[in-house]
Amino acid sequence: MTSNQIIKSLPYQQPFLFVDKLTEISSEGITGNYTFKAIEYFYKGHFKNNPITPGVILTECMAQIGVVCLGIYILNEENSNRKNLQIALTSSQIDFFLTVFPNEKVTVISEKEFYRFNKLKCHVKMLNEKNELVCRGVISGMIKPTVNET
Amino acid sequence: MEKQALIAKLKTIVEPYIQDEDAFKSLSENTDFVKDLKINSANLVDVILDVEDVFDIRIENVDMEKMLSVKAAMDIVNEKLAAK
Repeated sequence: MTSNQIIKSLPYQQPFLFVDKLTEISSEGITGNYTFKAIEYFYKGHFKNNPITPGVILTECMAQIGVVCLGIYILNEENSNRKNLQIALTSSQIDFFLTVFPNEKVTVISEKEFYRFNKLKCHVKMLNEKNELVCRGVISGMIKPTVNET
Repeated sequence: MEKQALIAKLKTIVEPYIQDEDAFKSLSENTDFVKDLKINSANLVDVILDVEDVFDIRIENVDMEKMLSVKAAMDIVNEKLAAK
C-alpha cells in the first residue's frame, strides 16, 4: 500500500485530519509528517492571542500516523477487508518536551510493539524540523474491520 | 496446575487492569473479566498476553474469544499446559 492509498483509507477529514504524507511504511513501523497550518481551528482558542498546538492535537497526530495508518497497512497485509474500519484509541502515555507553533512541520516515527487480537500498541515519537524531540510515548488502539452484512 | 494456585496467578495478572475493586477482592472461578472486573477490550488483550508470558503458552484467536471468565481462562491454561 502506498502513502496515498493509506491516507485515503483514513476515516478522518478536515478539520481533523493530521496526516500529510507517509515516508516509510512497513508492518513493523511507520514514519509520516504533518504541517500545522496557521488557520487550524484550535489556534483561535489555544491560547488567547498566543497560538500553540495543543498537546491533545499532537497526541492525535501521533495516533493517526503512528497507530491508525500503521494499523490500516497491517490489516491490508493480512488481506482483511479494510473498507469499514472500527477504530478506537484505548490508551496513551505521552511526555512532552517542546512546543509546536503554527506552520511547523512535524515528523512522527512509530515502532510497533505488538499487533494481536486487534490491539495495536506502538512506541511513537514526534520530531520538529530541527530534528528535536517534541514528544514521545506509547499509544494503543483497537483496530478491526467490521464484518460486512451481505 | 492446582486450582487455587492457578486462581492466585490469574489474580496477579488481572490486577493492573481491573476497574472494580470489590469484584476483584471477591474474585472466584465465576468472575467475568468484562462484566465483573470491568476490564476493557484493549486491556483484555494485555491480560491474555500476560497469561502467555507467565505460563509460557500460546493463545490463539479461537481461545481468546472464549477467555472471558476466570473459569474459561483456567480451562484454556490447563489445556495448553497439558499439550506442552
